[in-house]
Amino acid sequence: MNGIEVKKVSKYYGQTCALNNISLTFEKNKIYGLLGRNGAGKSTLLNIITNRIFADHGEVFVDGLRAEENDKAQSNMYLMSEKNYYPDKMKLKDIFKWTKQFYRNFDMEYARQLAEKFDLNCDKSVKQLSTGYLSIFKLVVALSVNTPYVFLDEPVLGLDANNRDLFYRILLEKYSITPFTIVISTHLIEEITSIIEEIIIIKNGSIVQSESMEEFLGKGYAVSGPAALVDSYTADKQIIATDTLGGLKTAYILGKPENRTDGLEISNLNLQKLFIQMTNS
Amino acid sequence: MQIKTDLEKPIFLQIAEGIEDAILSGAFEEGKQIPSITEFSITYKINPATALKGINILVDAGFLYKKRGLGMFVTEGAVKELQKKRKEQFYMNYIAVLIEEAKRLYITESEIKSMIESGFHK
Repeated sequence: MNGIEVKKVSKYYGQTCALNNISLTFEKNKIYGLLGRNGAGKSTLLNIITNRIFADHGEVFVDGLRAEENDKAQSNMYLMSEKNYYPDKMKLKDIFKWTKQFYRNFDMEYARQLAEKFDLNCDKSVKQLSTGYLSIFKLVVALSVNTPYVFLDEPVLGLDANNRDLFYRILLEKYSITPFTIVISTHLIEEITSIIEEIIIIKNGSIVQSESMEEFLGKGYAVSGPAALVDSYTADKQIIATDTLGGLKTAYILGKPENRTDGLEISNLNLQKLFIQMTNS
Repeated sequence: MQIKTDLEKPIFLQIAEGIEDAILSGAFEEGKQIPSITEFSITYKINPATALKGINILVDAGFLYKKRGLGMFVTEGAVKELQKKRKEQFYMNYIAVLIEEAKRLYITESEIKSMIESGFHK
């Protein structure tokens, strides 16, 4: 089978359960958003898939191959990790050369072009980079390795608005010319809403949501207006949360909105609002 | 043409309507090629599948057509057809909303009529 299959994976750190019997699939050539609050288990999951840490239970398959300790399976994936694993004193251009040794399809010329677009000086060493430029450097590598699966853990950490914008455009350009599987884990939810096709939400080590963005965005809506009207409208509905301001009330509801009701304003929940409501404990 | 992710309207519909507007205004001319999926995707920072879905609505409706290996083109006569379609939707999209708000504000029918007249003569 094509794609990445995560089957019943669990991971414990001492007594703490980081991942609780997780199963999910990353299909070929789709862009995924992997969302979850701090400590939800996103990085643990990505690190298990890419063989940096080991699962206590369960297995991961890449195009049908077992991923654990399997070079052939691992060579199809690249993880841009939120941590820096490069030696401090190494120059960026030398890291490019080393990367080429491990990833045959690493495109040196493309990496240089990207570095130029981001104004990244490849004669610098890793320790000379600011937080933002360290992210940019890691992104340049991730976009140049040309593996069928690329995981981006906090890709825009420390990037200014201009560079984030540039990154999203470059990512989409590359993806629309030669599609590959991209998994983006980020807290800047609004920014990826229009880019991702599928959404996966992890909460306390479990998957709470995994579906297409379109379905997900159709899941909930908000109703606001005078409190009494809102209450009578929501009487038979599944409410996730409410906000009150004086006599005004907003209710967040799961399901599809009914026909218009006079005096009530019905609006869609955007991704961020839905996410916050679903992951508040 | 602008894409807003916080609107009630799904992005693919915003793309379709944006292209319709561009055809109506003449920015995308009849018989001429429109930008590629990749260009839409990069410009509006949207997933290419979303751009394709929006464009396909207009292909199915006959306002755009595909030339194999070349791209998408605006159908001859699309402007007229679009005007017809938009006129049919005009009452629901504009007049019904206008009357609803007018009722909330106790604006009378004759007041609205004179507003419309003065609007035309500005």
